[in-house]
Amino acid sequence: MALSPKLVREFDELVTHYPEKRAGLIPALHRCQEENGGWLSPEAIEDLAAYFELEPVEVFGVASFYPMFRMTPRGKHLVSVCHNISCTLRGAEELLSHVCKVTGAPVGGTSSDGEFTVVRVECQGACANAPMFDLDGVYHEDLDAAKAEQILRRAREGAKA
Amino acid sequence: MKEFERYLLNRIAAANSHTLPVYRQQGGYKAIEKVLKTPLKPEDVIAVMKDSGLRGRGGAGFPTGMKWSFMPDITKDPRPRYLAVNADESEPGTCKDRVLMERDPHGLVEGCLIACYAMRAKAAYIYVRGEYRLSYDRVQAAIDEARAAGLVGKNILGTDFSCDLWMHKGAGAYICGEETGLMESLEGKRGHPRPKPPFPAGSGLWRSPTTVNNVETIFNAPFIVERGPEWFKAMGVPKSTGNFLCGISGHVNKPGVYELPFGLTARQILEEVAGGVWKGRKLKAFFPGGSSTGLMPASAIDVVMDHDSVKAAGSMFGTAAMIFLDETASIPQVMDVTLRFYDHESCGQCSQCREGTQWLHQMFHRIARGKGKREDLDLLVNLANGMAPGKTICALADAAAIPTLAAVKHFRSDFEQCIELGRDPHAPTHAPAPELQGAH
Repeated sequence: MALSPKLVREFDELVTHYPEKRAGLIPALHRCQEENGGWLSPEAIEDLAAYFELEPVEVFGVASFYPMFRMTPRGKHLVSVCHNISCTLRGAEELLSHVCKVTGAPVGGTSSDGEFTVVRVECQGACANAPMFDLDGVYHEDLDAAKAEQILRRAREGAKA
Repeated sequence: MKEFERYLLNRIAAANSHTLPVYRQQGGYKAIEKVLKTPLKPEDVIAVMKDSGLRGRGGAGFPTGMKWSFMPDITKDPRPRYLAVNADESEPGTCKDRVLMERDPHGLVEGCLIACYAMRAKAAYIYVRGEYRLSYDRVQAAIDEARAAGLVGKNILGTDFSCDLWMHKGAGAYICGEETGLMESLEGKRGHPRPKPPFPAGSGLWRSPTTVNNVETIFNAPFIVERGPEWFKAMGVPKSTGNFLCGISGHVNKPGVYELPFGLTARQILEEVAGGVWKGRKLKAFFPGGSSTGLMPASAIDVVMDHDSVKAAGSMFGTAAMIFLDETASIPQVMDVTLRFYDHESCGQCSQCREGTQWLHQMFHRIARGKGKREDLDLLVNLANGMAPGKTICALADAAAIPTLAAVKHFRSDFEQCIELGRDPHAPTHAPAPELQGAH
């Protein structure tokens, strides 16, 4: 596999923002992950390494440092539940239990129907609207069990959450 | 609480406050116009910033004008120079820069232009944490609008001032909010902080002179340039001038991000701004400025909220992210969560931090589970003193040690109670979520 022509065009523009090409690596990892179903396959790492003229192990070393990059496949939807202090004080653990119940996914795992992966994440900067989760890149704040359930059901049905 | 003038959040009440036409209607881009058309010399802008007394809003409170003046003399050092804007907001409790980026992104763009002009930077990189998608999209859209209007890029407003602004997306690592970790990350590497010296102004991004400023700090610059340092200094207290954004979270009736003047007491902020402790309960403790600032007991609630007063009271003003805990809160659980964070976020370069954060977390965790030992409290203090201050490349070890020492000092009996009872009397009662075996 090689990078799609679309990504190559994007990256050719991206690297013009910086005096050194390598600076585009982390934004490029994001784009590869987005185009690859939400995770970075070994092939994607190799393709990026070729593009940035780095060893694959170097690219892997960067990608694996950052919590937002996943090295394993995930479900169709990713639910990231904040469990840091402000959210914990306002019921994050109860919210997490409820998210697991509604989605059927354990924390750190994927539901058997492949729909949802649920993960714990550190502070998302939504402290004044706690508790919260991020569903597929969109923040949902001031959550309670009922609100969370409604959002997750809509995602499962394919409606815009 | 006395009436005070607001300026930071005034514009966001307007519909479409994030767009160029609305920003212009509200007087936007007048400050950069003043700088370029007067014209002010770069040194004049730095002098105005120094005179204003503005202190950085990213946690350390360093005087901004002085930081800008550290950039080397362009006549002696021709290397390109850069501004890096720290939009990696991730200190627990901190949620203020997001409000500015989502709802008033042109204010940040204009601030970047002024800062770049003053420091003769050819470009600014705005490093936004990867999770802040809306912030990223809004600031990117603002840059695109400004570029189309001749406000970003070559020959801005028809002058010979040229400056590029670029958005850069991080990927979820707290340590990239540390200025040298941020620069490593921006260069496409792991966010490992660099030893100092050299300081960024001497050798920063791509070995060039660089200044790193927080979003809210930069956002203040156009106001100061347009309205003058005297106006700015009249707000706040002599050594902490202007207003600040205060993110209030935890057990209060009205959590939120509020614009406040320096010099109010924490009690005034809790009672008159945040609506008091929720559910009619009493206050037990509060973090004054994010989870890395020392936890303060309820008895300290009359502390004045400015950099020097909070420091004198034994904690730190930090990012003004106030987290309030009510009387039912479990201090061991709060510290378990707090140290879990620093353990997770240590970059691993320094052994004191890599091992120390993990040990502190494990000890708080076992105390919170009723499995603590009597000697753990002294061991916590011993360990924390071995990690900080100034024993590691960056301040993450300090960020773990400081709240540890404060919690043991002020709440020793809470920990002792858990150890004696073999359980946490304030522990949550709900069933825990199922965890995948081996998951992180």
